[in-house]
Amino acid sequence: MARKRFVIPGVDTRLLVKDAMKAMPDPSRRRFITGGASLGALTLLTGCNIVDSESAESVLRRISEFNDGVQAAMFSPNRLAPTYSEADIRVPFPFNAYYDISEAPLIDGAAYALEVSGLVDNKKSWTLDELYALPQEKQITRHICVEGWSAIGSWTGVRLSEFLKRVGADTRAKYIWFRCAEGYHTTIDMPTALHPQTQMTFKFGNDILPVAYGYPMKVRIPTKLGFKNPKHVVSMEVTNTDQGGYWENQGYNWFSGL
Amino acid sequence: MTATSDMAAAAASSRRTIHPAIVRITHWINAVAMIVMIMSGWQIYNASPLFPFTFSRSITLGGWLAGAIQWHFAAMWVLVVNGLIYVAYGFLSGRFRRKLLPITPRAVIADASAALRGKLSHDDLSVYNAVQRLLYAGILVVGVLIVASGLAIWKPVQLQWLTAIFGGYEASRYVHFFAMAAIVGFIVIHVIMAFAVPKSLRAMITGK
Repeated sequence: MARKRFVIPGVDTRLLVKDAMKAMPDPSRRRFITGGASLGALTLLTGCNIVDSESAESVLRRISEFNDGVQAAMFSPNRLAPTYSEADIRVPFPFNAYYDISEAPLIDGAAYALEVSGLVDNKKSWTLDELYALPQEKQITRHICVEGWSAIGSWTGVRLSEFLKRVGADTRAKYIWFRCAEGYHTTIDMPTALHPQTQMTFKFGNDILPVAYGYPMKVRIPTKLGFKNPKHVVSMEVTNTDQGGYWENQGYNWFSGL
Repeated sequence: MTATSDMAAAAASSRRTIHPAIVRITHWINAVAMIVMIMSGWQIYNASPLFPFTFSRSITLGGWLAGAIQWHFAAMWVLVVNGLIYVAYGFLSGRFRRKLLPITPRAVIADASAALRGKLSHDDLSVYNAVQRLLYAGILVVGVLIVASGLAIWKPVQLQWLTAIFGGYEASRYVHFFAMAAIVGFIVIHVIMAFAVPKSLRAMITGK
């Protein structure tokens, strides 16, 4: 998933990408066209381009949405992801993003303030000192990437469920939307947010979260694929509106539960 | 021959459907579903190869990882629902028992060496030789393995007991890959034989 990205000082890259994407053809359709070209024999047989057509794409999207429902039904709020020992931790733990590591956002911890908004009682923002003071837990779990590879890591932080309690979040709301410093974002379902292993992470191993792994805060969700574990999180919103996500909007499955 | 036995013989041969409709329909649906699963699976494999090779894009489906996953998780429903219908019919009708049993090592060796010498008869398509029985029964087992290992990869938390049976998440990926390789090997032999004995291909289309 490594991909070159331009960083333009002073420009809100989130909004820039949003505007640009409106002007561009659907990138996933271009890729379906590429995919269609590789299935030439079958399309000749049927006499129509079944692989490449707009209807194929929309059917596939709707089946992916159906699978979201199946996965939500399979999700158990109490079933824990397997945990491991310190010896199992992958060293070095892989870096993965849609940009090169040299372009990872550098955030000033002293100036950082986590925005909290939406269906919550208390919308004050949180400094790192305030977040670090919350009860922390360590988990050693397996990170699984949608690409297929996996790596066991160690993450320490506060349970998201605990944080949501403290800000008076409405846990009957459907979603939590996380936005990140460089424009990445993802939306998760409330049952997953409340899962005991879903964590606002501040440390990797015994160290403060390195830039490569999401300084200053990542949301670790061992019950979901890696791309739904956002890094460099700067804002969270409790909402009943699905805001999608960077990869989800391009065709990756929304629920992506393990 | 008497008149009645002539009539009986004529009735018997027109009655003798080799593959009932449900077998033929599930066979061809399975064929399409399997091809989609394999080609999209190869594209998924390419995103994080297990071995020092990738599959040529000309034989993969989906264009990129997201597209491949969409195809894979769509066709899986067709594969499994259709597969369950076929397996249920095979057991409940007694067809599996009649067609695939018994299989003995002696019969397999005898029929395999006859086949390799070009001496294995295909006169009666309604009776499978020992090599066919072994491969058709075997591919059912591999089919269960590939679905189970796929589930183990897809849900290593919710189905962690299943993932554990295969030796964990990473091991499940290898089981899934080797089951795919076995299926592809089966398809190659199966398609070659279907064209080598064209009336068998006809039987799977018309039933006779």
